[in-house]
Amino acid sequence: MAGEVVPVVRIQAQDFDVAVEIAGLTQGRADIGAVVTFSGLCRDEQGTLSALELEHYPGMAQAEIMRIAAEAVLRWPLQGLTAIHRYGKIRPGENIVLVVAASAHRQAAFEAANFLMDYLKSRAPFWKKEHRADGSKGEWVEAKEADAEAAGRWKQPRSQ
Amino acid sequence: MTTRLIYFAWVRERIGKPQEDVELPAGIDTVADLLRWLKSRGEEYEHALQYPDVIRVAIDQEHVEHREKVAGAREIALFPPMTGG
Repeated sequence: MAGEVVPVVRIQAQDFDVAVEIAGLTQGRADIGAVVTFSGLCRDEQGTLSALELEHYPGMAQAEIMRIAAEAVLRWPLQGLTAIHRYGKIRPGENIVLVVAASAHRQAAFEAANFLMDYLKSRAPFWKKEHRADGSKGEWVEAKEADAEAAGRWKQPRSQ
Repeated sequence: MTTRLIYFAWVRERIGKPQEDVELPAGIDTVADLLRWLKSRGEEYEHALQYPDVIRVAIDQEHVEHREKVAGAREIALFPPMTGG
């Protein structure tokens, strides 16, 4: 039964455990046939980056991801949806973001997770600043046109 | 009415403060008007808001366009394009 799915959205400094988050959606249920997870990690950019500092807009970050997640629940027949975004200083190899989508069949979970990430990248109020490995002053990461375009493609009616 | 302005990322760094409470002067109807007025408040604002088109704005924690009216806003946030995820 799709329907009353309330997305779980968390904005936190601490790390998350992907297996625990999957279990949180699937434990005690026998109606879920597909779980798609996306994890976004901090890259070292060929050794030049020592960390990313993630600034966020408290309150709005939670509200905006909840709005995007609620839209995903309306568009796809999901049985569970979790989104976690970290803030603060994150080092290469560490987790930044997690999306877990659960559905009866795989297509809904794949598409919903993809949609959530595309929208999150261009609408969730987070900003990344680089810390350079050589100690020089890091810059704010620039938004990519490709990310805005990726979000835009979901405006077309979804093909069934 | 006092409006709280909140700045993030390089907008915050260039203006030199994370937030401030302001009395919006008469004639500031839209977000675009607000950006134009702020830009005239000093060189740090001029530096932050040099290219107003790139500035993203949220009123009471929801994204808005620059043509949006600011009347009744309690909290207006100005920030660069987002780079989360």
